[in-house]
Amino acid sequence: MKTILTSRRSFMVGATALLAAPAILTRTRAYAATPKLKVGHVSPRTGPLAGFAEADDYILSAISKRFAEGIENNGKRWQVEIISKDSQSNPNRAAEVASELILKEEVDIIVAASTPDTVNPVSDQAEVNQVPCVTTDCPWQPYFFGRGGKPDKGFESTYHFFWGLEDVIAAFLAMWDGAGTGKSVAGLFPNDADGNAWGDPALGLPKPLAAAGYTLTDPGRYQPMSDDFTNQINAFKKAGCEIVTGNMIPPDFGTFWSQAAQQGFKPKIVTIGKALLFPSVIKGLGTRGIGLSSEVWWSPSHPFKSSLTGISSADLAGGYTKETGRPWTQPIGFKHALFEVVANVVSRTQDLEDHPAIVKAIAETDMKTIVGPVNWSKGPVKNVSKTPLVAGQWQKEGDGVALKIVTNKPAPEIPVTGQLQLLG
Amino acid sequence: MDFWLDPLVQGILLGGLYALFAAGLSLIFGVMRLVNIAHGDLIVLSAYMALTTSVTLGLHPLAALVLVVPFMAVVGYVLQRFLLNHTMGGDLLPPLLVTFGLSVIIQNALLMGYSADPQKLKAGALETASIAAGPVSVGVLPLILFVTAVVVIGLLQWMFYHTALGRAFRATSDRQDIVQLMGINRAHVFGLAMALALAVTALAGVFLGIRTSFDPAVGGSRLIFGFEAVIIGGLGNIWGTLAGGVILGIAQTLGAKIDPGFQVQAGHLVFLIILAIRPRGLFPRID
Repeated sequence: MKTILTSRRSFMVGATALLAAPAILTRTRAYAATPKLKVGHVSPRTGPLAGFAEADDYILSAISKRFAEGIENNGKRWQVEIISKDSQSNPNRAAEVASELILKEEVDIIVAASTPDTVNPVSDQAEVNQVPCVTTDCPWQPYFFGRGGKPDKGFESTYHFFWGLEDVIAAFLAMWDGAGTGKSVAGLFPNDADGNAWGDPALGLPKPLAAAGYTLTDPGRYQPMSDDFTNQINAFKKAGCEIVTGNMIPPDFGTFWSQAAQQGFKPKIVTIGKALLFPSVIKGLGTRGIGLSSEVWWSPSHPFKSSLTGISSADLAGGYTKETGRPWTQPIGFKHALFEVVANVVSRTQDLEDHPAIVKAIAETDMKTIVGPVNWSKGPVKNVSKTPLVAGQWQKEGDGVALKIVTNKPAPEIPVTGQLQLLG
Repeated sequence: MDFWLDPLVQGILLGGLYALFAAGLSLIFGVMRLVNIAHGDLIVLSAYMALTTSVTLGLHPLAALVLVVPFMAVVGYVLQRFLLNHTMGGDLLPPLLVTFGLSVIIQNALLMGYSADPQKLKAGALETASIAAGPVSVGVLPLILFVTAVVVIGLLQWMFYHTALGRAFRATSDRQDIVQLMGINRAHVFGLAMALALAVTALAGVFLGIRTSFDPAVGGSRLIFGFEAVIIGGLGNIWGTLAGGVILGIAQTLGAKIDPGFQVQAGHLVFLIILAIRPRGLFPRID
């Protein structure tokens, strides 16, 4: 009886030591020759949002090469390993892989990019588990208010850099201003997170549009994946709209744009958020894609360079085209900038073993990235830093199409590369 | 007046698309009382087949129909003879469950083969061409689609009532057991019915792919309109299916006239109202 009792006790002691060992061992990695830091990365590699992540391999291979050399922190070289996971364009899946990265891989920093469907669930998981988190590539309002953020309180460990709705409005108005069209604007807003935010009477497009002297014809929120836009087209024709704006997904814009042609609605300017970002979508529209316009977050002509590798915007975009044979897309710059921020934070953190210390370093960031300055002390709200935004138009260039920046009023440091042409 | 005319015309044309979605469903339900849950996914499968043929051979999507329609017909015959016939019997449930499983398998196979990226069939100038008809301008593509739907449904109707095959279909539909005594091979007739249904599905898939973009997961959302068109028109009545599609299309465009958010819901509401007043549809053929 007695021997059994003793062995149980000694077993308990041994087991406790065994269980505690990994915790103690990870704590001691700073004393290893080259300690390793793990960065988790969530992005929609497959699914409807896959276009946003198509440059992942290109960006990650260059960044991993640089990270393998190590990053100096307090006189010690840290190796940084990136563990990338696919969200499959599904918010539930994004939350699942984020929690896997945090709990199983025990990453020290988690990063995510591309639309509220990826950024929000990942940030929520990071916030709950108090893991430092940096995200980008999603307007800040859906990020901040979509996660129930209070402007005065903000979040604990999650930070975001991108532009906001007010910047889109300013860029669109600057582009239309002086184009010589009528001031009647057609609005197409779907009944989804983006559409409701853009069409919101107080916070969306309607108020600033009215203030700038435009009249907006907004027939109401339509259901995404609609098969018919006849009524909207009729309302726009009746109101004599010469400008079309809104926020749509590519299939809905495709249906609308071919019906507009079939039913004889010929606007002079078509500026749509989200649907017209990618060259592949414009190519799919054929000649009907030329002359459409959109917001521009980043382009090869942005006068910024990487703080990490020193590469210029033009070279980063050119390198992608050279490697894949595909045209550059706007998320490329932001994906690179995301890891610039990580490297910057890693180099400045007081104690990399301590999550709150990493969060503190993120909050104190003040740097120039390939997409512009990132500084969380100047944000419109806590935890948000804004990057510059301009507007551009898809114009014919050689055999293909190119996105030309046609207005830089909101961010004069970015050069204009073309002049707005009205649609035939 | 023009104000209402346009949504009406566009709604009728949209109805053509829904009728094409529904014709195959209506046919197989009429002949063998089979509810095919995988119908929407078979439509998407046809669209992908058309994508592959038109891209690899450089064909116009409508020309690709020459290959896709026979291909889907063969798929239908094989599917029915070697899989679905084994589940057919007195009970409606086993074939229903098998087609449900088929739907999951098709979706995932497409996901593996083509990835989840949205695709579109490119039909060039045809996509935007239109004809002005008085105050209304009518798109050429929707018009072709509607005419195709009417012709397909007319042909199916003619086949049903004026050919030996149609007689075999009707006889099998009436009494599956007795028909065997008359020297008709029930299994073969079922196979032919499914082949015909999937040939129509191929048409629907190609038109869907030209109209807008598709990905492996959109089949289910397309199935609902097909089901509604069949039920509004009356089970087993093929002209009724066309009427059902048109009613659904008009309900949607007129609903959108009231408020764009009401568009899809208006279609569902009309369906519910008709189901409540006439549970067997407007023109039921099958007793």
